[in-house]
Amino acid sequence: MASLNEFLFISGLLFAIGLAGVIIRRNIIVIFMSLELMLAAASLTLVAFSRFHLHEGLPDYNGQVFVFFIITVAAAEVAVGLAIIVALYRARQTINVEDLTSMRG
Amino acid sequence: MHSIAFYLFALLAITGGIFLVAFRNPVSSALAMVLSFVGLAGLFIGLNAYFVGIVQILVYAGAIMVLFIFIIMLLDLNDEKPVKFKSTTVLAGVIIPLLLVVQILGVIQSHNTGDEGAFKKITASSMAISAKEFPEDSAIHKSLTHPKSPKLPDTNLIGHAIFTRYNFPLQIMGVLLLVATMGVVILSKRSSKKAS
Repeated sequence: MASLNEFLFISGLLFAIGLAGVIIRRNIIVIFMSLELMLAAASLTLVAFSRFHLHEGLPDYNGQVFVFFIITVAAAEVAVGLAIIVALYRARQTINVEDLTSMRG
Repeated sequence: MHSIAFYLFALLAITGGIFLVAFRNPVSSALAMVLSFVGLAGLFIGLNAYFVGIVQILVYAGAIMVLFIFIIMLLDLNDEKPVKFKSTTVLAGVIIPLLLVVQILGVIQSHNTGDEGAFKKITASSMAISAKEFPEDSAIHKSLTHPKSPKLPDTNLIGHAIFTRYNFPLQIMGVLLLVATMGVVILSKRSSKKAS
């Protein structure tokens, strides 16, 4: 069985890929998907530690309950975020973050 | 979890993530995201977290991906003109995540447990010991101490944790979902009134 360190490394790698997507990409929908990837990478860390820290022979379910809550919050966040993107597109006809500079100081 | 399955699913998750960032077309990016999440769900199931793995597939591949693709189709973004990437942005986008990975590697290396974080096995005897916490006639106890094939009642145990220890947070989650639903309705209503 693969060790905890390998799971943590995969999780960190996924998080870094998501971070790179958020920094590099200019399409706001792809930025949003990269954010989802970062959330899922954090969930992998939680599940790996939940399995590692056995509580009386069973996995520590506090971590998995937390992952369940993360998935719920992510679903709500996607619904609201995509509604905002649609409203933004109706107002400005663009989803390129370079064109959205009206709040630049 | 066997090592081969672990590396297969890890590779799936990583390649999906890279394609998500690299593809120009947002629809391809959304499908790459699903590929990545299927790999992640495989990793979850390998960690004996069956419920979380299945929920990951149902919610992300089922609901969220459809929502993303629906919005991409609605806004008709397929003919996106190629954007020029600034070299400073690309440089920052490569260097900052690279620093993060190096730091995580450093933390993993420095944390020396001796056994390199090997997982302890969940055996029939360890499940029988933990079954004492639950009442004799409960489904969890019966599944843990099944005479022929004791199984880890993953979903029952998560349900038990959610509805006892995390009852109040669960209700807060319900309120959050209600608020999100109302927010989406109000957001889309106001913008349509403006357009007409």
